[in-house]
Amino acid sequence: MSGWFMAARSRLVLLALVLLANVLVAPGFLELRLVDGRLFGGIIDILNRGAPVMLLAVGMAPVIATRGIDLSVGAVMAIAGAVAAASVNAGHTWPVAVLAALGTGLACGLWNGVLVTIFRMQPIVATLILMVAGRGIAQMITQGRVLTFTDDGLAGVSSATLLGLPLPVLIALAAAIITGLLVRATALGLFVEAVGTSPRAARLAGVPTPGILIGVYVWSGLMAALAGLIAAADIRGADANNAGLWLELDAILAVVIGGTSLYGGRFSIGLSVLGAIILQGMRTCILRSGLPPELNLLLMALVIALVLVVQSPACQPALSHLTARLTKRRAA
Amino acid sequence: MMRINARTLPMLATLGVFVLLYALCAVQYPAMLSSRVIANLLTDNAFLGVLAVGMTFVILSGGIDLSVGAVMGFTTVALAVMIEGAGLHPLVSFTIVLVGGALFGCGVGAAIHWLKAPPFIVTLTAMFLARGAALLLSTDSIPVRHEFYQTLSGLSLTLPGGGRLGLIALLMLLAFVAGGVLLHFTRVGLKIYALGGNARFAGLMGIDTARTTILVYGVSSTMAALAGIIFSLYTRSGYALTGVGVELDAIAAVVIGGTLLSGGVGGMAGSLIGVLIQGLILTWITFDGSLSSWWTKIAIGMLLFIFIGLQRLILQFSAPTGRTG
Repeated sequence: MSGWFMAARSRLVLLALVLLANVLVAPGFLELRLVDGRLFGGIIDILNRGAPVMLLAVGMAPVIATRGIDLSVGAVMAIAGAVAAASVNAGHTWPVAVLAALGTGLACGLWNGVLVTIFRMQPIVATLILMVAGRGIAQMITQGRVLTFTDDGLAGVSSATLLGLPLPVLIALAAAIITGLLVRATALGLFVEAVGTSPRAARLAGVPTPGILIGVYVWSGLMAALAGLIAAADIRGADANNAGLWLELDAILAVVIGGTSLYGGRFSIGLSVLGAIILQGMRTCILRSGLPPELNLLLMALVIALVLVVQSPACQPALSHLTARLTKRRAA
Repeated sequence: MMRINARTLPMLATLGVFVLLYALCAVQYPAMLSSRVIANLLTDNAFLGVLAVGMTFVILSGGIDLSVGAVMGFTTVALAVMIEGAGLHPLVSFTIVLVGGALFGCGVGAAIHWLKAPPFIVTLTAMFLARGAALLLSTDSIPVRHEFYQTLSGLSLTLPGGGRLGLIALLMLLAFVAGGVLLHFTRVGLKIYALGGNARFAGLMGIDTARTTILVYGVSSTMAALAGIIFSLYTRSGYALTGVGVELDAIAAVVIGGTLLSGGVGGMAGSLIGVLIQGLILTWITFDGSLSSWWTKIAIGMLLFIFIGLQRLILQFSAPTGRTG
């Protein structure tokens, strides 16, 4: 556990900096108010807005740990939203719609997993297929329109409040905790990392490689479907063109900021969620500051560039040298 | 002999699919055979073709370039700002964006080589950078009214049957020829194939992998800048959100054209056919009139699936000791 906090320290510093920037931009940022049994405030807002990317990051981290990538999550969000909206419009109740959407996410994940595992496609290609075709499928379901719905139960996925917190925040946190327990309280996490480090060695050591690989993609599909439900409930409609557009990139960024190695073999659910919160914090800060929102893209590029330089094998010796010197000085 | 088959078979299959599709279209709509439709097919997809030339280099070298759409968008805005805002002559502006594009790509290639970072994430960063810079220049669509643009748009080669092959279509074909020569008839091309086949072995054989990587991404970004020039001439305007998602179309064209995404196997001619297949599907949907454009996405997704599956099969049969992972 202390290792986790060591790894989390630099990200927590980054988060603190982002929050500080937010406070400088909007002085009342840290205030929390309880209105009608629901908490309001800047931090709640960041968590609420960031919930979809947090969910996607929870699904993406294990995929990247197997040295894979899931480019299709944005498209899966659009399909899941479209399926949910179409089901309530066809007269089904909202729990049925939610289950249908989640089932769709599972099916999409299974498709990706089968392509990667059984057809042995490179993950970037396998998921590219669904990324390209997925929005077409979503548009087929919505008939090319924004499919609006009036069902309050389904809209509640985004607007309901439980224990004073918005439901999306609770869904994202629950998903993160369940996933974290699944991978760390059992050997599943180790299996995932083993597959990412060396698929061959993992297979020889008796790790059920195909099952693990399919499993991570299915999980990613499920998380994307949850995120898609939130996105659709948020606008009370399924927008096949724009729901989850480019969010796969945000999710990958969140995971990378969280220190998950793009070379596979190492991942952390908690840090990936932290990465998603940092990203949303940056976005909120720029929006509140009145700076052009376009700066956000440049800032994101800068942050990844920084993470890449720090992560790069070429910089590792210099960095470890620096840390060693710092620790020595502190000891002296 | 087997290896030659394995290399050319996907390309021949693509050519077969194109001819078959075209025949089906022509049976349904005989007007599809007119040289006007053919000329339009080349003109409307000129920017995509130029992007595919650069992407072929990158994918053959074992990489991927997600930044091309953003570089193209940036180029259209930069051109509009330079020509309309600063009053530069279009030819001067063209030179500036081409050189700028080349330098940008070299930077990306250098980052990939020396940071040892996956190309996918470095070019993603480059994409954010270029798109953000374009949006900072202007969020509005800027019309370009320079008379030189009118002159260039007027230039065309009249085909028998009345089809007019515009300057931009000719530029695209020229890019394919130049790319094909560089790739298939020069030492540089061989080095790119070697790098894509196995980067470590290429290094051990004495190939300068740093220079080759930088060159590949430099070419890709230059092509993206050229695509931006073409798009700017095509629409006579500059807009920062031009070409969102077009990198995926370029990748799809290259893959459908028979180039393996793992690098080292493929060629330039296939990519042209890959572009034309996508254009043909769009043209057919336009002719049909009742189908929405989202069918294009589903069709391209299905084609990608079929072609990648086909490649897997061919690879498995041609190389029984094939690499895993």
